Amino acid sequence: MRAGKSAPAAILPFLWLALFFAFPFILVAKLSLSETALAMPPYAPRLDWSQGLAGLKAFFTALDGETYGRLTKDSLYLAAYLSSLRIAATGTGLLLLIGYPIAYGISRCPPSVRQALVMAVILPFWTSFLIRIYAWIAILKPAGILNAALATLGLPPVDILNTETAVILGLVYAYLPFMVLPLYAMLERQDESLIEAAQDLGATPLKAFWQVTFPLSIPGAAAGALLCFIPMAGEFVIPDLLGGSDTLMLGKVIWTEFFANRDWPAASAVAIVLLATLVVPILLFERQQAKVLS
Amino acid sequence: MTDRAQHRPQIGGIRSSFAPWEDPAARPLVRFDGVSKAFGDTVAVTGVDLSIYEGEFFALLGPSGCGKTTLMRMLAGFETPDGGRLMLEGRDIQADPPHRRPVHMMFQAYALFPHLSVAQNIAFGLRRQGLPKAQIAARVEEMLALVKLEGLGKRRPDQLSGGQKQRVALARAIAPRPRILLLDEPMAALDKKLREETQFELMTLQQTLGMTFMIVTHDQDEAMVVADRIAVMREGRIAQVGRPAEVYETPVDRYVAGFIGDVNLFEGKVAATNGPILRLQSDDGVFDAEGAAAVGDHVWLAVRPEKIAVYPEAPGGPRNLLAGKILDYGYLGDWTTYLVEIAPGRTIRAARANATRVVDRPLGCGDPVWLSFAPSSAVVLTK
Repeated sequence: MRAGKSAPAAILPFLWLALFFAFPFILVAKLSLSETALAMPPYAPRLDWSQGLAGLKAFFTALDGETYGRLTKDSLYLAAYLSSLRIAATGTGLLLLIGYPIAYGISRCPPSVRQALVMAVILPFWTSFLIRIYAWIAILKPAGILNAALATLGLPPVDILNTETAVILGLVYAYLPFMVLPLYAMLERQDESLIEAAQDLGATPLKAFWQVTFPLSIPGAAAGALLCFIPMAGEFVIPDLLGGSDTLMLGKVIWTEFFANRDWPAASAVAIVLLATLVVPILLFERQQAKVLS
Repeated sequence: MTDRAQHRPQIGGIRSSFAPWEDPAARPLVRFDGVSKAFGDTVAVTGVDLSIYEGEFFALLGPSGCGKTTLMRMLAGFETPDGGRLMLEGRDIQADPPHRRPVHMMFQAYALFPHLSVAQNIAFGLRRQGLPKAQIAARVEEMLALVKLEGLGKRRPDQLSGGQKQRVALARAIAPRPRILLLDEPMAALDKKLREETQFELMTLQQTLGMTFMIVTHDQDEAMVVADRIAVMREGRIAQVGRPAEVYETPVDRYVAGFIGDVNLFEGKVAATNGPILRLQSDDGVFDAEGAAAVGDHVWLAVRPEKIAVYPEAPGGPRNLLAGKILDYGYLGDWTTYLVEIAPGRTIRAARANATRVVDRPLGCGDPVWLSFAPSSAVVLTK
């Protein structure tokens, strides 16, 4: 009775997943097994319904993993892949270092101030993402605001626009709220009396933080790290606008394959490989969450 | 004690031989000396003087917001007094942060560390003391046995029942052997039966360890059962300090009389005195009572329900007789309490022990009854 009643509601998320995740994923997976062709759209085989079952058979036999083989032959893909993971990992590490003190600081404030500070963290979202990244170009360019400020202080100018440094700077800036908010949520609902209990039992405030506050905030840090690492690894806009030609990232590779080279199968194969890699941290996170719950 | 207490029979406590507070040479373990504390405009504690002695089980009793928790948190170091001095073993400890005080607290919601096992929770304070590992392990086992949780050391707090969590919290707080253990409403989360069991276990534990306990509670029954002495608090001040029986039988004012147990109050003027007996002229009638007051004084007679005898027929002889009819009654098994209307809108509470199983004439609603109390059963209150 109960199960029957809730069944339609339970189906909804699956429907949503099927429509917006599974279906596009199958399309991309199929594309990655196809070949480039001088056609419109630029790939083969295409499913010919008029031939019936024979057409279906021909279609499936034409699919192969040849594109993936191509990916291993050109060192550019591997380099871009490793560079993406490295940049995303560096960004995530920096976000943890910067985001944790911010989230902790907000959670220690009186409740009235907390609301305002959380608002301040979210506020940048009210401006277009693209405009905010363009603003960083204005700040970082050789005759930009940063160098003007350095000159006033009598310091030598820096030329970091179109470098990996600028990309990491942009990533950290753009993803900071995604790190701060889950961490804050975790720290804010932490029972104050746990810290008092730790201090009561002889722990200095610093020791109480490392023994109690920090271990209890790890799930929040893990959630923040995943929320940042996954999209950062596939990020396109920030490396495209702030990075140079030597900044290799998979997002840019996919764009180039798709639009410049019109190699849809290669673009799809790269996307699939990226997805397969990102499943690993997600599974690790799930396992860790399950451990916390048990 | 007061003059009034002297012409009464000796009133005992749980351990009638244990009374360091009566020894002028005894040095208190904890001393609050004119301690005050305000939060913004709200005065939490004002001018509190209190001494707690080594080995004592001391209760701070009062309604919520009376300042009892603030007083306890000051001793733990979580609040700083605005004025006065706070001494532990004769030393001013106000400058010491919580982690440097040999005072441990059992928190109301237990505050067990959810990411640590039961054994790790208990070891927390021991590890901060820097004891060797083997010694910590031995002490943890000892504590687990003491609170009857052998074999549960590897469990996580969320795998324990409410009563078990309470025991872990207790073991964690006593493991580092504090000079005084603070218990903040330790039984608030337990059901009635478990609470009663726990009260007796706490008392046994306190005597076995010889440790000083200070409990904060709003439950007068709990304070009466466990404590050697009770401090009744009201609006940031100590209203009365004494053994449970003293506080119950000789309350200093109407507030204490009403807070500890039920009480009937007769208000009036002293019409005459005859030795220790005074005669009160009140709206409810003329009553004789033992007490010290002068003719013309405005006083109250406080009489506990169980000290009022209930008669189904007009008795001959007893003084302080009141006639009325039963408005309501409650059968509690061991006791029956009666609400008796002696005048329109004026009710008196009386209680009778159900000493026999069968009563010839059970009293019911509407029945006429006569009430009476002995002059020595009333307490004369001047405020």
